[in-house]
Amino acid sequence: MATVEVTFTPLPAHVRTARLVATAVARRSGVDESLLDEVRLAVGEACSRAVEAHQKHCPGEPIRVALTDDGERFEVVVTDAVPADVALAPVGGNGAAPGAAADADGPAPGGVVLQLPAGVGLAVISGLADDFRVSPDGDGTSVAMSWKRRAASA
Amino acid sequence: MDLKLGHYNKDGIEVVDVEGEIDVYTAPRLRELLIDLVNKKNYQLVVNMEKVEFLDSTGLGVLVGGLKRVRAHDGSLDLVCTQERILKIFRITGLTKVFGIHDSVDEAITARKAEK
Repeated sequence: MATVEVTFTPLPAHVRTARLVATAVARRSGVDESLLDEVRLAVGEACSRAVEAHQKHCPGEPIRVALTDDGERFEVVVTDAVPADVALAPVGGNGAAPGAAADADGPAPGGVVLQLPAGVGLAVISGLADDFRVSPDGDGTSVAMSWKRRAASA
Repeated sequence: MDLKLGHYNKDGIEVVDVEGEIDVYTAPRLRELLIDLVNKKNYQLVVNMEKVEFLDSTGLGVLVGGLKRVRAHDGSLDLVCTQERILKIFRITGLTKVFGIHDSVDEAITARKAEK
């Protein structure tokens, strides 16, 4: 059972709420203060990605965020209701969060390619979390990320 | 915290002050401002991010889109940022090689003028 679970309608405005809750629970769980910004950013990326997938495929379905402290690690799992093969395909043109792709595709004059790489949102999470995986979850997809707790935390 | 935007001209360069959080909810406003400035023929931009508290890949996309637009007019888009938590996402994504990132607005303007 998750320590805290949050369910929200797939609207961009609610991503900030999910970030704030995740950061608060991480702090309470003993995640090092220096890692809280990473938790906040990674959870925001996962939720933004889920919001975009839901808005395209199932805007009436909620997104679930499960935050679990198992004593050693703090884990966040963001679960959407979009089938894995659809959700894992590049979204918004490159897999970045909404708006990132739409505004950044295509080459610029001078031969410089100004385009965020495919799946940049997931790439950011993988660069922030100690552990990270994307997997099918029922009819949807889950993005799981975790961080080690402080060694001597209560 | 919501997003606050402002802009002013200094030495022929349009400086955009950004304060608050740039995410999937607020980034469209920054995108609209950058598009509006380019449409008004401001092709030399400095985005001051010293008061930005949060930036995700949506925000990065908007900045990259702005850079693309000004470069279409032989312009530039430089950033001002000294906050490690904001710089981190630029490093993870490799965008430190794409943007000129400076410690202050004056330094950004001086560097841009020196390149002309």
